Amino acid sequence: MSMIDAVPLSWVLTLAAILFCIGLFGVIVRRSLIGVLFGVELMLNAVNINLIAFWRYLEPNLVAGQVFALFIITIAAAEAAVGLAMVIAVYRTRRTIVADDMRNLQG
Amino acid sequence: MVTVIFIAIASLIIASAVLVVISREIVRAALWLIATFFAVGALYLLLEAEFIGVAQVLVYVGAVSILILFAIMLTRQHERHEPAWRAGPWWIALAGVIGLAAVLITTIGAVPWRLTDDDLPVSRAPQLGTALMREYLLPFQLAAIVLLVALIGAVVIAMEERRRRTPTLADDIAAQRGAADRAEDGTP
Repeated sequence: MSMIDAVPLSWVLTLAAILFCIGLFGVIVRRSLIGVLFGVELMLNAVNINLIAFWRYLEPNLVAGQVFALFIITIAAAEAAVGLAMVIAVYRTRRTIVADDMRNLQG
Repeated sequence: MVTVIFIAIASLIIASAVLVVISREIVRAALWLIATFFAVGALYLLLEAEFIGVAQVLVYVGAVSILILFAIMLTRQHERHEPAWRAGPWWIALAGVIGLAAVLITTIGAVPWRLTDDDLPVSRAPQLGTALMREYLLPFQLAAIVLLVALIGAVVIAMEERRRRTPTLADDIAAQRGAADRAEDGTP
């Protein structure tokens, strides 16, 4: 018995929507920049779950769904590397990684 | 049976994602994030996307989490028991996010999805590799260039100039231990 018979598509999409909202909440409320990056990673994972669910339930013959998910994983890895390098650079000059302390551009 | 497995994986994903957001200690949040990555990989396996599941475990659990733990190690100061969340009114963010979730879930319920009739997915790992080498060859090569640029960029951004070096937690502890040792030597 495969997944598409047992679990309706809307369940998987609801799971991805909830995961996206948890990640968005983390991006908004987290104090440290690394915590904000955690939220971004959760949101990217939610998008990937959506893509794979659409591929499996709607168009399993098209390989494009998996290709999209693969590219999102690649870009997320690059984003994490550059983002964490920026966090380290910010820590080096300001000795803090609290998002509220970054107010150089505030009017 | 599959339903039970799906519900178990889904509750694991939601619970660990919530713990990522509410954990006060950033290292605990990172470990819960790794648990979330693992559970999402399990969900890919359940959705019969084996290659994506393996790539998820290799890239996220293997590489991104190690990167995150290194970044935490390099940016940590002494424990000061600060709050995990920003000072502003967090319930406004919570209300907005719950509203977004409500809109998304009602939309998901309202759309008539045209489900497939094919039982077995055709595009498996060999087909994925063939597609990446044929019709998606240009994006594939561009992804390689993006990774190279990100690698060089991360090294350049995080490169440490020796004269501007600021002490990390490890340096502070080493300095404290050195001072304690010197104090012991001075007063036997």
